[in-house]
Amino acid sequence: MTADAIGAPARPAPGGRQLARRGIIPGFGLTLGLTLFWLCVIVLIPLSTVVFRTLEMGWGEFVAVAFSDRAIAAYRLSFGASFAAAGVNAVFGLLIAWILVRYDFPGKGIVNALVDLPFALPTAVAGIALTALYSGNGWLGSLLEPIGIKVAYTPIGVAVALVFIGLPFVVRSVEPVLSDVGADVEEAAASLGAGRIQTFRLVILPAILPALLTGFALAFARAVGEYGSVIFIAGNMPYVSEIAPLLIVTQLEQYNYAGATAIAVVMLLASFVVLFVINMIQAWSRARMIR
Amino acid sequence: MATRSESRAGMRESPLARAALIATGLAFLGLFLLMPLVSVFYEALRTGIGPYIESIREPDALAAIRLTLTVAAISVPANIVFGIVASWAITKFDFPGKSFLITLIDLPFSVSPVVSGLIYVLMFGAHGWFGAWLEEHDVQVIFAVPGIVLATMFITFPFVARELIPLMAEQGRDDEEAAVSLGASGWQTFWHVTLPNIRWGLLYGVLLCNARAMGEFGAVSVVSGHIRGETNTMPLHVEILYNEYNFVASFAVASLLALLALVTLVLKTGLEWRYGYNSSGGGH
Repeated sequence: MTADAIGAPARPAPGGRQLARRGIIPGFGLTLGLTLFWLCVIVLIPLSTVVFRTLEMGWGEFVAVAFSDRAIAAYRLSFGASFAAAGVNAVFGLLIAWILVRYDFPGKGIVNALVDLPFALPTAVAGIALTALYSGNGWLGSLLEPIGIKVAYTPIGVAVALVFIGLPFVVRSVEPVLSDVGADVEEAAASLGAGRIQTFRLVILPAILPALLTGFALAFARAVGEYGSVIFIAGNMPYVSEIAPLLIVTQLEQYNYAGATAIAVVMLLASFVVLFVINMIQAWSRARMIR
Repeated sequence: MATRSESRAGMRESPLARAALIATGLAFLGLFLLMPLVSVFYEALRTGIGPYIESIREPDALAAIRLTLTVAAISVPANIVFGIVASWAITKFDFPGKSFLITLIDLPFSVSPVVSGLIYVLMFGAHGWFGAWLEEHDVQVIFAVPGIVLATMFITFPFVARELIPLMAEQGRDDEEAAVSLGASGWQTFWHVTLPNIRWGLLYGVLLCNARAMGEFGAVSVVSGHIRGETNTMPLHVEILYNEYNFVASFAVASLLALLALVTLVLKTGLEWRYGYNSSGGGH
């Protein structure tokens, strides 16, 4: 985005036009100063509390709280259910992006708007609605429970809620790339005798893979930290259906700040790793495009 | 795989495959997105319109609505100002560390809402950094409105900046440079040149920011203290009513939030259609 400007030298050159390249727009000090100030006050200083609290704790205590059996069970559920949900979203998100980009059908505009519902619907509303649907006497629960599938108040319920909140990340990541895949390469593949499925697997899928992985990672990252839509449907049984963010809240309610902080640090580190992976995928995708 | 080498057939799926793909996609959306939305209104209205209206007009519900509007009225304008200021600094000037700064602005997106609340408890709570000082001066932040506003501002921090930075970067600096060299002041340049260029993108960001500010649950839940009629926002009120098995009232308040979501989606779609404006990516 800034590639054109990075190399611009700051030296004043003779000749008015060169001089104008930099510094005639006012407000640099003011706007950058305000930005940094606001960033520090709202984001960086508050976030640093977690780090300092952890440093006060000492390694032994940290490990004892952050990796207690109950915490490990919560991480396993949070990461496992998020991974499963992101996987479901990768498959169906790709499918939905595909029909939105490639096909025309009645009501497409509404479907397109509906995809963003999870961005707009408050998570608590999604949580109680999903619980009502999947509980024993709900529309879907009353169909599923007789055949032995219990969704509400089980880890499956957690995954269902995470599918809900993660779907648009995959669709919106894949869509623009999918519409950029040139008809010419597909035509070439077809005229060389490739079947439709072969073309998809060998031509289209490699082109959209970075976007699909980015969407997967974004959905995963969102799901790991998700709280509102999950706690209603989860049942919240320690060791079974208790997610990591809920464990933080539980510790806080017992005024166990050290416990809450230790688990928060693990969650923060996990989300930074995902953030890093997303950046790597995008760098890889850019490098591939240049080549 | 049945179709080979005829280039037309190779370029398109058979009508049957196409219908099957569309049907599967729509079924998935219907099951996972549409049904929850419909069930909110169904559950809210299942005992009729009378109890529905009663649950919304109940004093605690009204207080929750008022608080939610207040919080949004403070945090959204603050984020508008920040978003514009940050985008101006980032897109109109060159300085080292710019992409790192953008990463920092995006940071709240990758922090769990619960952690977003926790950090303010660690700062301003009774045992927090400023806890003793605040108590001495009789200022309450946690379990009070200021804490809710702060947590909401953290959660929505990147929304406006995220929409504006790519937009303003694409528009470049020529217009502003021309205005300044013709003698306009910085403020005039912003007001008459930049703002008209970015208004739809700004509106788009504000829309999403507002939806999130009014609907935020996790972060607010940690700092609010859940005092009925005082520190209960609408999403928290939904939770309290639900946990009291007062389902009709809970879904009634929830249906207002669902309406807000629908209005947001309609306006957003309208902006995309009319002005060809589109979000910069799936990072919300």
